Amino acid sequence: MIVFGILALVLIASAVFTVTAQKPVYSVVGLLANFIALAAMYLTLQAEFLAVMQIVVYSGAILILFVFVIALLSSGTRPFEVGPDKAPRILIPALAIAVLTLAGLTVTALHTPITVVSTATTNGTTGDANAFGSVANFGAALFTTNLLPFEVTAFILMVAVIGVVLIAGDATPGAVEGRRKKRRPGVREPIVKALRQAQDDNG
Amino acid sequence: MTVSPESYVALSAVLFFIGVVGVIARRNPLIMLMSIELLFNAANLALVAYARAWVNNTGHVFAFLVITVAAAEAAIGLAIVTMTFRRSAHVDVDEVSALRG
Repeated sequence: MIVFGILALVLIASAVFTVTAQKPVYSVVGLLANFIALAAMYLTLQAEFLAVMQIVVYSGAILILFVFVIALLSSGTRPFEVGPDKAPRILIPALAIAVLTLAGLTVTALHTPITVVSTATTNGTTGDANAFGSVANFGAALFTTNLLPFEVTAFILMVAVIGVVLIAGDATPGAVEGRRKKRRPGVREPIVKALRQAQDDNG
Repeated sequence: MTVSPESYVALSAVLFFIGVVGVIARRNPLIMLMSIELLFNAANLALVAYARAWVNNTGHVFAFLVITVAAAEAAIGLAIVTMTFRRSAHVDVDEVSALRG
């Protein structure tokens, strides 16, 4: 109970800090605290593997990506500027939508009957090899019952990689001062050429 | 004393609320993307809480898939941000209106 209270406070405070921070770098720091507190909360919910994945994927991969993009965007002579926030103009409708979302979620959550099953009697305690939420337990569920969704996951990641290379892999000429002068043939050219060819063929 | 699943779900709703405010009210695309990550995390917390309540680890598998989709979304979103704002030092999502009819 005490642990839940502390973690909930950290989660909410860091989320508010993330949303209200003036600079994206501060937001990243707030998000890091949020992710770590959430991983600890997963541990209290007996989701050991997910706690590890939370740290590895979110804090290790996604946040580093954010930091690199911030560094890339502000790599010029001065840090990049952001216009004034939309908050003064649309604060009231935004708050209305958000409060409605919150009310709907809370009402739904509190009106869903839940019968809590104690894992202590049925599945052993946390830390046992085959207890609920352990790596073995999770792996068995992932690779037997849910094998097809797991394989679709691989497809999603492949699509993401190809999409990122297509979107950001090719530099537009003269984009940033100091960029290379001569344009190398990028990944996009052959595809664009093939598309134009197909268009011409179709008339 | 154990914490009821309702507390976890209520906390998840509060986190979702904060994320929605961030997406709607902020103008910096990076902070908007981070708010979307907050939304994913709130949903994940609810999934894991219900999985614990029913002792059914399908919720864990679902949360795992959500983490994967969040990674893909962050990669593509950040690629779009870098491509769009590489030209100018001014970052403002309201100025991206090239697709407006």
